[in-house]
Amino acid sequence: MSVVAQSLTSWVDGEAHLDDVTLTLEPGRIHTVLGRTGAGKTSLLRVLAGLSDVDSGDVLLDGRSLREVPPWRRETAMVYQQFINYPHLTALENVMFPLRRAKVPAAEAQRRAKEALEQVGLTHLSDRRPGALSGGQQQRVAIARALARRARILLLDEPLVNLDFKLREQLREELRGLFSGVGETVVVYTTTEPAEALMLGDEVIVMHEGRVAQVGSPAVIFETPATTAVARVVNDPPMNVIPGTLQGEHVAVRGLDLLPRASHLAGFADGPYLVGIPAPSLTFGTGPGVLATITFVEISGSETFVHVDLQGTELVVRAEGIHDVSTGDRVSMTVDPSRLFLFTEDGTLAAAPPHGRS
Amino acid sequence: MSRWPRRAQYLLLIVWAVFTAMPFLWAITTSFKDVNAVQGHVTYVPWLEFEPTLEAWRQIFGGAGGVNLVGPFVNSLIITVCASAIAIVLGALAAYGLSRFRYRIGPAKNKDIVFFFVSQRIMPPVVLVIPFFFLLQMPGLLDTRLGLIIVTVALLLPIAVWVMVDFFDNIPREIDEMAMLEGCTPMQAFLRAIVPNSAPGLTVAAMFCAVFGWNDFFFAFRLTFTQVQTLPQAVVALNSSIPPWWTLSAAALFGIIPLLVLAVLVERYLSKGNLAGAVR
Repeated sequence: MSVVAQSLTSWVDGEAHLDDVTLTLEPGRIHTVLGRTGAGKTSLLRVLAGLSDVDSGDVLLDGRSLREVPPWRRETAMVYQQFINYPHLTALENVMFPLRRAKVPAAEAQRRAKEALEQVGLTHLSDRRPGALSGGQQQRVAIARALARRARILLLDEPLVNLDFKLREQLREELRGLFSGVGETVVVYTTTEPAEALMLGDEVIVMHEGRVAQVGSPAVIFETPATTAVARVVNDPPMNVIPGTLQGEHVAVRGLDLLPRASHLAGFADGPYLVGIPAPSLTFGTGPGVLATITFVEISGSETFVHVDLQGTELVVRAEGIHDVSTGDRVSMTVDPSRLFLFTEDGTLAAAPPHGRS
Repeated sequence: MSRWPRRAQYLLLIVWAVFTAMPFLWAITTSFKDVNAVQGHVTYVPWLEFEPTLEAWRQIFGGAGGVNLVGPFVNSLIITVCASAIAIVLGALAAYGLSRFRYRIGPAKNKDIVFFFVSQRIMPPVVLVIPFFFLLQMPGLLDTRLGLIIVTVALLLPIAVWVMVDFFDNIPREIDEMAMLEGCTPMQAFLRAIVPNSAPGLTVAAMFCAVFGWNDFFFAFRLTFTQVQTLPQAVVALNSSIPPWWTLSAAALFGIIPLLVLAVLVERYLSKGNLAGAVR
């Protein structure tokens, strides 16, 4: 019953949109695909849906190649980031459309469509056309349409990205519940937001530059990012990765004081590495320590992202609460050495902080 | 904003409205005049300035000494309606293909193909009419409605394609993709998801086709002789060394009626139709 992507490779204008992507997607599980814009997330979904061709590779459903199967025979539902509905149909008719195309009898189709609209909380608006609905409501219709079909494969391409913050949070919560009833469906959900990927995914697929960088449970991905690229992508703000060296009892990172070598970094040969410093492991204050200059402050309400320039190295600090600092201020930086990640110089993970410390 | 610019706008609009309405007023009053009333200075007020008569209107509907424009009117109507309908169906299909699929004819890509269509209208009609003449002559379609319909389709197709390509390009491609994912073949996606949302585009295309088709004089003049006469031909034929202004006016007004009806129908449709909801 699973969907297997086999070495999907797709070149467009000399640029790899997909580069040897191999995945096994299990029914009943939610696979979130996390990656930056241009990482190949949408390309992957389009290939799975049959909307785009690949230069090589294949998609298998239950071991059967889908290569020659056109989109209209693939039983694939898709939710786009733009709220795509049929403008000439009401919400109810929109949800019924795919059911009627699949030859579900009218009464049954209507019952299922109403059920789906109820699930997304739109029963009272089922007679409205998309043009008379808000963006969030339009996307709910699109989600209801995809759910009502009970398709074999359900693809969601950054469905929340065009919603405003509050709606996004709300719908994200609801999606978790909506997905719990998908049963035998393979769900693939792409996003650029780590929180979304980690929260919704049973399995997180991190993509970077058209390749699969890492596949694993949210905890595994977050605690042991396989590469520096993954480490950056799964953290918000991105993890600071800067060159450093292991020297006996110490970790030397350019611009910072010598740090004590924490126990999880024992057993590695001295020498040059890339050191991953999670933004929350950094703190700043006015006490003694290394002086850095604040270049940019982002306040998100409950936390503050402070970008600093540490003797030529850009770092991001994530601090709880609001901090009364502004651009140009000189602050001292301290690092929690037990939370450092260690990567080899080619970017492969060498050591991660022990479980519960990251 | 002060009120003055708004007043200026209205003033300008009123001046323009009068300017465009005057020829109509002139034609309407003239159509109720006789030979005596058109002499001397221009008069507008019936009964006071001139004695209205229905003579001109009688003449264009087969009255004594006149012609009957009903036949040519019907010809024009049949040719315009058929040709427009065919051009819009073919044009919409062609435009959809050109908007959604990639074609390559030798070095020519979609854009070039669209330009090829449009370029048909760049050629002077005089150049086109010669090949048309021979093309119609071979199967014996000269001087027939069918022949004129075929030629008119060829003339209207570029307009329909051009208008519709532009329109389809502005409908999110995701809509037809989604229709395909939901079980529609490309043709079904076109018919069920795109066409129902294309009323504004189809209306504009239909309007252009109807206006161009209805007003064509040149091709009808060159490709038909005695059997088939279209309204513009018949109106021109009314002319003589001393222009009968009254019958010409009546004929012109008669010829405008279908376009007037069309304008009223279309205007409501155009302002209503929009694609809100299709795009975020």
